[in-house]
Amino acid sequence: MSRISIDQVKHVAHLARLAITEEEAAMFAKQLDAIITFAEQLNELDTENVPPTSHVLNMKNVMREDVPTAGLPLEDVLKNAPDHQDGQFRVPAILE
Amino acid sequence: MSLFDYRISELHSLLHKKEISVSDLVDESFKRIHDVEEKVQAFLTLNEEQARAKAKQLDEKLTTEKEFGLLFGMPIGIKDNIVTKGLRTTCASKILYNFDPIYDATVVERLNEADAVTIGKLNMDEFAMGSSTENSGFQLTRNPWDLERVPGGSSGGSAAAVAAGEVPFALGSDTGGSIRQPAAFCGVVGLKPTYGRVSRYGLVAFASSLDQIGPITRTVEDNAYLLQVISGLDPMDSTSANVDVPDYVSALTGDIQGLKIAVPKEYLGEGVSEEVRQSVLQALKVLESLGATWEEVSLPHSKYALATYYLLASSEASANLARFDGVRYGYRTDNAKNLMEMYKQTRSEGFGNEVKRRIMLGTFALSSGYYDAYYKKAQKVRTLIKQDFENVFEKYDVIIGPTTPTPAFKIGEKTSDPLTMYANDILTIPVNLAGVPGISIPCGFVNGLPVGLQIIGKHFDESTIYRVAHAFEQATDYHKQKPTL
Repeated sequence: MSRISIDQVKHVAHLARLAITEEEAAMFAKQLDAIITFAEQLNELDTENVPPTSHVLNMKNVMREDVPTAGLPLEDVLKNAPDHQDGQFRVPAILE
Repeated sequence: MSLFDYRISELHSLLHKKEISVSDLVDESFKRIHDVEEKVQAFLTLNEEQARAKAKQLDEKLTTEKEFGLLFGMPIGIKDNIVTKGLRTTCASKILYNFDPIYDATVVERLNEADAVTIGKLNMDEFAMGSSTENSGFQLTRNPWDLERVPGGSSGGSAAAVAAGEVPFALGSDTGGSIRQPAAFCGVVGLKPTYGRVSRYGLVAFASSLDQIGPITRTVEDNAYLLQVISGLDPMDSTSANVDVPDYVSALTGDIQGLKIAVPKEYLGEGVSEEVRQSVLQALKVLESLGATWEEVSLPHSKYALATYYLLASSEASANLARFDGVRYGYRTDNAKNLMEMYKQTRSEGFGNEVKRRIMLGTFALSSGYYDAYYKKAQKVRTLIKQDFENVFEKYDVIIGPTTPTPAFKIGEKTSDPLTMYANDILTIPVNLAGVPGISIPCGFVNGLPVGLQIIGKHFDESTIYRVAHAFEQATDYHKQKPTL
């Protein structure tokens, strides 16, 4: 049984903000299915009582004093923007 | 004979005796780049004008001042996912084709403070996703030992540039083997430090719980110099560890008498080529002759590392790469009527297929209804893999095995099936999942191609890794061999 359908790939692509063609959807469905099938070997392991690891080092909640410092100059912040106007990033219409 | 056949310590003594200048070193880099870069294609951007100006400045400093940085006058190449102020940084992706960083990564700041000279930015797999540098959005880097073969990846440009003598040292980054595997394929020394040893501030994030920056060099001693400079706590990276940085160079005593080595049976079993296995067994004999002992052990969850890694790394990548949306920097499509279309078209036109594949795998693994079955399951298996290492390190000082199952493969050989390409990282990935440090050093040749020996240590015990690697290097001459270009 296929673990991931072409429709699911299209849904995931939308969530990830990727436009994909029909051919790409078919290709990714096949490849992702193979990878996910491979990944299901993890089900061989009983992990009922195993805690998850999100981070390998023994540290948590690294805090520092909240001291205000200068931000980046506006000119620097906008330097790499594809489009900007009046000191703000400019994007195409959000609502049509 | 190249000036880069000397170690940093030897070059410093030549500089102080006025036998060479910093400008000579920088000239050597650009002359070699001029001669061989057409074949190797390791660099994406060169920093020639700035590097020559800096060399002049340092040459003046040599006559007027008494205090010198630890990397004084040393030319260095930097992987293109580490941001350099005013020097184009692309991650080998079209989506960042014109990105001009407004600050330096912490490691770059520290290199500058240590008086190193940046020569240029090095090619890689796009966003460090790959094992051959074939996923670069811009160019194909070739292995200096055989131009028909890949240099490994994702830090393929870094390893190839060092092996080709274009720069004596480079920085790479390692998420699942991306420093050690290309170092093995190109016959150079590459270290992935303990997670948290080196600041990730300014490293464009791929998988934040796995990424580490590390040095790629010709010798173990030079590697220790570079790590010395880039290590340590950084207020800009909350995952950089507040752990003292020891003097790595002084760890290179040559003495490994009584050292206890563990050799996981899973690292010499199925999938590892017979020639690589023999090279590693031969290396163990060398270490035995120096007073070490070794025993076979088991890391029983090794076979699950690959699946665990692809779920976790892709999940983290899908979140990290959400920032490339055509708004604040990088590429933006011309073909969009509204914001949603702009996001989708920009990302589809800007990212290559491997990056899209991993973003989608990660988005799927994190999506509602699948999170527990895939992402959380993988996090739990990660715990088991980490415990495997902890158990072995209770009784042994280091773990040793091959870095890769085979020497460098041919260009195009593994590009059609993602899983075949992923399998190449089976011996390096567990190290990232456990967060421990690992090095690859040259330990032999198979049909003229270098083989890498992987030495894995305890958390924050890079010193022991370096001591063992250095002792092996002193007893062999693999690191002195150079490719003919």
